[in-house]
Amino acid sequence: MLALLNQQFIQYAFLAGTLISIICAIVGYFVVLRSQAFAAESLSCVGFTGATGAAIFGASSLVGTFFFTILIAFGFGTFGKRIKGRDIEIGMVLSFALGLGVLFLKLYTSNATEAVGILFGSILSVTASDLYLSLGTGTLALIILAVIFRPLLFASIDPEVAEARGVPVVLLGLIFMVLLGITIAEAILVVGVLLVFALLIAPAATAQHITNRPGVSIFLSIALGLLFTWGGMLLGLFFHTPVSFFIAALAAITYLAIIPLYHLISPHFYVSKAHHGREV
Amino acid sequence: MFEILQYSFIQNAFIASFFVAIIAAVVGYFLLVRGLTFAGHALSHVGFAGAAGAVLLGVDPIFGLLAFTIISGIGIGMLARVLKERDVTIGIFLTLALAFGILFLFLYQGYAEQAYSILFGTILGISTFNVFVTAIFSSISLLILLFLFRPLLFSSFDPEVAQARGVPVKLLGVVFLIFVAITVSISVQVVGVLLIFTLLVGPAATAMRVVKNPYLTIGLAICLGIAYSWIGIFIAAQTNLPVSFFIASLSFGAYLVVRLKEVIS
Amino acid sequence: MQRSAIELQKISLTLGNRLVLDDINLNIYEGEFIAILGPNGAGKSTLLKLLLGLYKPTSGKIEILGKQAKKGNNEIGYAPQHRTLEADLALRARDVVGFGLDGNKWGISLPNSSRTKTINTALKEVDMLHLADMSVGKLSGGEQQRLLIAQALLTNPKILLLDEPLSSLDITHAQTIVQLVTNIAKNRNITVLLVTHDINPLLSSVDRVLYMANTHSAIGKPKDVITTKALSKLYGSPVEVINTNGRIFVIGEEN
Repeated sequence: MLALLNQQFIQYAFLAGTLISIICAIVGYFVVLRSQAFAAESLSCVGFTGATGAAIFGASSLVGTFFFTILIAFGFGTFGKRIKGRDIEIGMVLSFALGLGVLFLKLYTSNATEAVGILFGSILSVTASDLYLSLGTGTLALIILAVIFRPLLFASIDPEVAEARGVPVVLLGLIFMVLLGITIAEAILVVGVLLVFALLIAPAATAQHITNRPGVSIFLSIALGLLFTWGGMLLGLFFHTPVSFFIAALAAITYLAIIPLYHLISPHFYVSKAHHGREV
Repeated sequence: MFEILQYSFIQNAFIASFFVAIIAAVVGYFLLVRGLTFAGHALSHVGFAGAAGAVLLGVDPIFGLLAFTIISGIGIGMLARVLKERDVTIGIFLTLALAFGILFLFLYQGYAEQAYSILFGTILGISTFNVFVTAIFSSISLLILLFLFRPLLFSSFDPEVAQARGVPVKLLGVVFLIFVAITVSISVQVVGVLLIFTLLVGPAATAMRVVKNPYLTIGLAICLGIAYSWIGIFIAAQTNLPVSFFIASLSFGAYLVVRLKEVIS
Repeated sequence: MQRSAIELQKISLTLGNRLVLDDINLNIYEGEFIAILGPNGAGKSTLLKLLLGLYKPTSGKIEILGKQAKKGNNEIGYAPQHRTLEADLALRARDVVGFGLDGNKWGISLPNSSRTKTINTALKEVDMLHLADMSVGKLSGGEQQRLLIAQALLTNPKILLLDEPLSSLDITHAQTIVQLVTNIAKNRNITVLLVTHDINPLLSSVDRVLYMANTHSAIGKPKDVITTKALSKLYGSPVEVINTNGRIFVIGEEN
């Protein structure tokens, strides 16, 4: 088993996987806090079109994904308020985008395996250039996140007061969307378009169910994300089964198990009885 | 150009999509009115796992789809109020379903092809057996929905008053979702799991913006659904490009035109 | 008597194509407790936003503590109209209050004891210290309101703007908040502007009342401003004020 770790593709996979799950955990924390899971879902569908369309320009699918998700994310960020509640409209646009993706797929790749890679992840075949691209943009994204952390948190919870205190709420919303686009493009690399939720949302959602302290929550999200990713990769390699299946299964099962478990174990997580129903 | 119409596989595609379009229009209309479009999305994802599982077991995927979607549909129907706000939980659950779908397919040799066809549709390869299954399920569903039409309409627009007038609102809700499940299952054959919106929601959403009368809306939606499907199949047969792409484009295009007209006037 | 805290001269504001405020002139002195009243859409929240520098007046001059109104002014504390937070929002009461201290600064807050102390003091002042680690979404409307007030106090502002803090509370609890605000205002010598629909819980605490209607305003003691004559003049249409049992009711304003 250890001999495997000497293989270059495995090293690449672990490096990329590690950084990407860290950034997914942090961005995911905000996605859950800001209730923007739908936007994340949409962007990952769009990623499919970007990946398949990239072939037209001869670019790697990662580049195509980046380009398209960032573009659409920018659009979401700009039209932010007007998009809320427009599920049908967005659903129609997404379906069209997916339809385009299917077309591109048929036109430029004659095998369905490519599609499956984009849809279900291709971390074990990540190339050196993809690795550098994702490490580079990932690190940049992390730095930006660290800088905007406080005002973003403020704007996410209390936009009116934040605005009054000089926080550029709209601009931050736009920046965050673009960061989300970048993160999703990278997540697609690891688990594919269809399973992005597992890497992006599950760790953060689980952490937020367990604790309400921001610092601890983020730390826990990262820990869980890494656990799922490494665990998934190891299991996938061991059983010769798609890595993304294991990552997604670990993530999803942990989340779905934690909720009832946590309700049973810690009653003091809730408002105490004396409190309930009091108005002030 | 029209010679292809004599091939049985094209005729099968036309017939099957005809039956799908009708029931999809009716069910889609109610999905929109009841605010349950997410359920269509959810069921199609769950359906993927079912279809994949069926393939693994050597059974026709349609049965896997039907089994998984109907059970989930009943589940969603019973938990509807609890689930409505819980995007994250539903999303993660669906992700799990998809993950198992890939696993099942992976365990079956040649999984890429099967995955592709379940995700994006295989109407041009539909078997005569499946055409029968589609026609039968669609017709029975349609008949039952016609019977339930008025109380369903009433409880969709005014659930509290309907309840007071003796309509079994909750039961209807669950029964409705069973038909959503059936519709999703047979629609997957035409456009696949990922593009279910284009046939299930597209025609009805477009029709709703053109006419307000429920009966006319559904009638128009049926016509649109059939038009998208048949034109899509026809062009796909000529160009050898994916059917679902054309259906998606037509569905989106019509919707866009209608929305733009609204914005301009 | 004292120095001017807020001064508006000939202020007019048009939003979109609607005239919201027309020729508003008023002078509010340091340490005053002012209730802002008026029907919906009269521009009460808009006035607050003007003071916060979030809107620029179409014409006229605003001076806050002798200086121009600007965004991000630490001398003004603001608690907006409260909206219900999701029950499972994963953030503590103390985190939300903490925003008032440094939420607008770039970077991350490293845990340090003086920061915690400042936040604890603010929480104590609004009697929420015992709920400091509770998830925000699980607190009642009144409790969340108190957090917003604590948050607004963290920069030691000289002016406190409260937008409808009493709206979702019943009379007893509204009076508790009023008492809280009155005490805080006295202890810190803050000028308070409180937007409300009902003057009655505030009758014994306010210095003056600012009534806004029909793009105009009238300011003065409650007994001078909230009268049938004065309000009818302000509205430009018949409005009746009824005084009974020490409580005031305004009839006919929502036309």
